[in-house]
Amino acid sequence: MITRKIQYQLAKNAVGPFLMALDRWQQAQKQRKRKPRETPFGPPLEAVQKLKEIMTQNYFEGRYADGAVPVVWVTSGFPAEVFFALGFHVVYPENHAALCSTRHKVTEIAEFAERDGLSRDVCSYARTDIGSVISGKTPVGRLPKPDMIACCTNICQTVLYWYRNLAEYLNVPLVLVDTPFMYGGTKEHHLAYVSDQLGEVIEFAEKISHRKMDSEKLARVVENARDGSRLWGECLAISQARPAPWTGIDTFFHIAPIVTIRGTEVCNAYYRLLKDELTQRVAAGIGGIKNEKHRLLWDNLPIWFKVREHSTMTAERGFNFVCATYSNAWAEAGDLIDPAHPLESAAKTYTYVYLNRDLNNRLKTTVDLAKSFGVDGAVLHSDRSCKPYSVGQVDVKERLQKDMGIRVLLLEADHADERSLSGEQAEMRLLAFMESFNE
Amino acid sequence: MSECVAIGVDVGSTTWKAVAIDSKGEILASIVEEAEPLIDKQTERALAELKSKLVISDSMKTGATGYGRKRVKADLVLTEITCHARGAFHRSGKGGVLIDIGGQDTKVIKIGKGGEVLDFSMNDKCAAGTGRFLEVILRRLRVPFEEVSLHFNKARKAVPVSNTCTVFAESEVVSLVAEGKEIDEIVKGLHQSLASRVAALAGDIAPESEVFMSGGVALNESMVKALSEKIGKNIRVLTDPQLIGALGAALAAR
Repeated sequence: MITRKIQYQLAKNAVGPFLMALDRWQQAQKQRKRKPRETPFGPPLEAVQKLKEIMTQNYFEGRYADGAVPVVWVTSGFPAEVFFALGFHVVYPENHAALCSTRHKVTEIAEFAERDGLSRDVCSYARTDIGSVISGKTPVGRLPKPDMIACCTNICQTVLYWYRNLAEYLNVPLVLVDTPFMYGGTKEHHLAYVSDQLGEVIEFAEKISHRKMDSEKLARVVENARDGSRLWGECLAISQARPAPWTGIDTFFHIAPIVTIRGTEVCNAYYRLLKDELTQRVAAGIGGIKNEKHRLLWDNLPIWFKVREHSTMTAERGFNFVCATYSNAWAEAGDLIDPAHPLESAAKTYTYVYLNRDLNNRLKTTVDLAKSFGVDGAVLHSDRSCKPYSVGQVDVKERLQKDMGIRVLLLEADHADERSLSGEQAEMRLLAFMESFNE
Repeated sequence: MSECVAIGVDVGSTTWKAVAIDSKGEILASIVEEAEPLIDKQTERALAELKSKLVISDSMKTGATGYGRKRVKADLVLTEITCHARGAFHRSGKGGVLIDIGGQDTKVIKIGKGGEVLDFSMNDKCAAGTGRFLEVILRRLRVPFEEVSLHFNKARKAVPVSNTCTVFAESEVVSLVAEGKEIDEIVKGLHQSLASRVAALAGDIAPESEVFMSGGVALNESMVKALSEKIGKNIRVLTDPQLIGALGAALAAR
């Protein structure tokens, strides 16, 4: 236990920062030697290096976390502030699966879950994470074994079965926060139901971690989460400028801190840095792509393993995804979080998440985004693995076409599993969609 | 003979097509052949053959489309969606809904009054509802293309074919034959099943919209009939339906 704690502290405070500094130096050397390449994108964001360091450091610490500090695995929509306040190391399996997809490792890893009986129709994130637990394969070196796992049903119902599976494979307790689906608004008893569960989660997490919740610390974490969410929203809103100083595809990567280390000062410091850089780019007229002719909205999760190819293909033709409902989902909560009433406001914040609300809200949010960012087209990714996000897209398409008279493409793919994408057909659809702007 | 100002090549999954057009967009010559695996070689050989019959303008342009478009040396490379819309608009002179059923794709393209693509939808990554689906199953039933209408028109009723997967539908049809169902009725059921899938893809079609059809399957009268019945509208089959994509590529390139 003591050795483990020393290892963890070393990884966190010495080896991690040293490796990051080494990487920074190596990158700078490479940059000096690298000949400038012809690309349709604007100059890369300088903040990217910092983002890479934060995320690598987070996964690096994770390797040594179990046995040193309490560890929890959570769904992306879980009110993880309670765990940060108790000093847990928090792991996000969804973020891990997305990372596996960008490294083209999903097929290899998910096959372990499929051999164990999971159908290919099950979410590819779930198959990847379960496959990773079975096989131990991961591109991040090692994921720490959790002391408990925590699941919130506000993003889908699959998480419930996914986490039940994880609990069994990992042989650890599972806590569940059930959020009633919101048709219209919430009633008081809905929120009481959620906040009662949050109280129980804290009690359980205290038992597991042998720590007591410090209410001042919780308030501080919640305040950070509120500020972080606002800062993230401000970074996104900067793309209302023409040209947008970054691309919607960039936002898919820069979203990582607000998802995985929400509530920490590191997260907020990062977004302040990013916001400053974006503001400077707008002032200097620097775009995310060199020649922004058309502005697009992206709906649903990214197609992680194709993000680069698709963004290059669109950027080369002057199309920039200036906003995305996916990135926006983590910016919506800012004003609902109240540090003075952490549990009550968390109940509201986490019940009001985008995927836990009805179609009318989705239609309105999407049209509002499209209008405020001045888009002239939208690509709706119909995601084989994320049905709650994909159901209703035909209505979203019609609404955007009717209300705004813009062109809309439904693109069939999957957020992580390359086997579920017919590459040639998807490319053809995207190209045909872009060709239709030039007639 | 008029001068050829542009050639359009459409390399599809099943057939290789090319047309040569004059300055008015009229087709001077065309070729349709089975697609070969080595696209570059086929294109080189077949284009030489096509050009040998023509008076070529000095400023002649080449347009390419279809799945093999990137393997064709062309002045302009465009997707099938854009090219089919161009070709169909040129042939019909008006906007409307174009249903194109090719070997691997079924496309429904909404074309505006000026010939622009307003919207389109396609079959998902599966050959159900495409020409290949019909081809595979008719071959299994030993029904040659020329006799399809004969069987279709003779059928008193249709035996439904419920599978959406080409491979499973093939075994379903084998079972139906084994159960003693009439070939005529299976052929009719097959066409109706395909028509339902295409109609679902087409979605709502405005009452005032004209519906056109292109692609190799448009040559199959029974399919046109089944589809017209399903969507409740008369479908106008464009002249030389298989050449519409190549025509569009030539028109865009000229």
